[in-house]
Amino acid sequence: MRFQQFDQFAAELKADTRAAVYDGSKKGHEKRTKLLFDEYPDPNRLRHLAGEIKQHVIENLDTYLPAVEAKMKANGVQVHWAGTAEAANEAVLRIMRARGATKLVKAKTMVSEETELAAFLEKHGIEALETDLGEFIVQIDGDHPSHIVKPIIHKNRREIAQSFEREGLGAYNDDPATITQRARKFLRHKYLVADVGLTGANFVSAESGRMVLVTNEGNSRFCLAATKCHIAMIGIEKIVPRDYDLALFLNLLARSATAQELTVYTEFISGPKSPVQPDGPEVMHVIFVDNGRTEVLASTCREILRCIRCGACLNVCPVYRQASGHAYRSVYPGPVGAVLSPLLMGDKFPQKADLPKASSLCGACNEVCPVNIPIPDLLLRLRNRAKEENVPSPGTPPMGAWALLASQPLAWRASLLGGKLIDYVPTKLIPVPALQAWAAKRALPAWRGGEFRKWLKARRK
Amino acid sequence: MTAPDDRESILSRVRGALAPLHERAPLPDYSTEIAVMRSLVAGRDLVELLGERMKRVNGLALTEVAALVAHLRAGGWLHGYCDPVLWPRLAPHFGAELKVETEFDRTRVDDYAFGITRAAGAIAESGTLILHDATTSRRLAALTPWVHVAVVERAQIFSDLPQAVAALGRDPNVIWCTGPSKTADVEGILIEGVHGPGQQIALVLG
Repeated sequence: MRFQQFDQFAAELKADTRAAVYDGSKKGHEKRTKLLFDEYPDPNRLRHLAGEIKQHVIENLDTYLPAVEAKMKANGVQVHWAGTAEAANEAVLRIMRARGATKLVKAKTMVSEETELAAFLEKHGIEALETDLGEFIVQIDGDHPSHIVKPIIHKNRREIAQSFEREGLGAYNDDPATITQRARKFLRHKYLVADVGLTGANFVSAESGRMVLVTNEGNSRFCLAATKCHIAMIGIEKIVPRDYDLALFLNLLARSATAQELTVYTEFISGPKSPVQPDGPEVMHVIFVDNGRTEVLASTCREILRCIRCGACLNVCPVYRQASGHAYRSVYPGPVGAVLSPLLMGDKFPQKADLPKASSLCGACNEVCPVNIPIPDLLLRLRNRAKEENVPSPGTPPMGAWALLASQPLAWRASLLGGKLIDYVPTKLIPVPALQAWAAKRALPAWRGGEFRKWLKARRK
Repeated sequence: MTAPDDRESILSRVRGALAPLHERAPLPDYSTEIAVMRSLVAGRDLVELLGERMKRVNGLALTEVAALVAHLRAGGWLHGYCDPVLWPRLAPHFGAELKVETEFDRTRVDDYAFGITRAAGAIAESGTLILHDATTSRRLAALTPWVHVAVVERAQIFSDLPQAVAALGRDPNVIWCTGPSKTADVEGILIEGVHGPGQQIALVLG
């Protein structure tokens, strides 16, 4: 029996990793629900509205993008455009070389994960240090984040303590407060000697050209207090129409991502520092990154571009909780990743065409989404695309016999009667590998075929 | 510096992707009132509410300079920085026991246990301090010491988020601080004081 890569990964996952991911995501989801429903009479209305606003933006990017660019330039920002991951990384390198800069500190940005910026810069002799605690640990371990908001949800404190010991950050100590203090001490001097602070953006207001950045740790603020040059890498879909809309989105983002009313540090940045301010960037660059987004915009799944990267769909997903983020082999795991990751592959879609199948289509992801993305619908559209493009699908049971029965009323009725036999045949003997794999861990219920038809007939009489 | 072809090719792909749409989703009209926890803020004294809400996020609101001095003494935070504009107003309450500098030296960030800067306002609903670039004497002084104290004028307190958004103004860098710097990256356990202050204090005056 051949498995999909995804199933294989989930089957081999270490028990304590699975437990860490399960507990972490469940806790996040429960806190979020309580917070939203305690305070707002109708939280559903907020997320439907936010979804409509983002849908409006992505369907009008042709006017919003030039408008944002013009505002930013008027605010003194240098605007660049990068079609691909390589172009985005090259743009950062060009800016750094032009300044003679060799050290960069970076806050957490998903788009720089897409472009693998830190590794690219290191290869070109530039020190690129992650400053978010979780991302820092991922970086020293040569690992990858497994969650959009909680990058090391898959690691426990003992593993982290070992990494710190190995990196010379102190003798083994797995107390989370000690781990955090050691990172604080180590990183603050790194910020102070860095030339460039790199961030992403959570939102960009088209009205003012202001970008909004949220962090709990304050690391992005430190990046922008210690360095003289700010580079922001921003996906082209990050726009909201007006400053007015920010209150709604900030409320939804903090609650959905971390079950907070507001993230600790919320920065509204419209350009280089004020002339009277001694600290912070004198120069600000924005790089607008496409990297496959325009292709998503042209697809039948453009709703996924509404995503504000909160991670709520990961936390609620029964498949994610069992499989962990690395099972998705992508920067974006979970339900959002099952849609976005194959789409961002472009021509290489078949390589990740199994991800949309890593879902029971239970719909929980749609219900929690703060921008109301119909994720289950999008998963179905992508499954359909994989079928149309004849992407092989190992492990999928053959459906030909079922299709034959379902389209021949006589055969169907006969099979409903004959199906009773299955109660007496050990399922292990049925020569369908997919069924055997399924039945290895589950028992079939007693056969009830035909009962619905009987009920319906009786009702008609 | 930027490769001009990427701009044009991205915008042309965007136009191409949107061309087949017969109609575009309209921008919904709404009142930001729907995002306000109205039952919370209606009819409340804003200083009192700010204090309550800051406490919820592990911050602290004080209304007397003497209370701040007592707090700093009690915590053993005896050496710090104060915005020179604020210092004449606060100095009479600070005894000789506390060492206060009005210049911030970035080569000695670890010497400052507290930093006192001016806030441009506060948001009662969320327990948030608002800092503007033009009125914060040093970004680093509001961030690197373990204790950050922001002096807020009573008249500058907004009741809710939408009000504060409407008042963002022209400052190039507005920052909202809601409680101490924190993380839950290690096993979901909340730890305060990651890169920024472990204590976020509002001193409400006026």
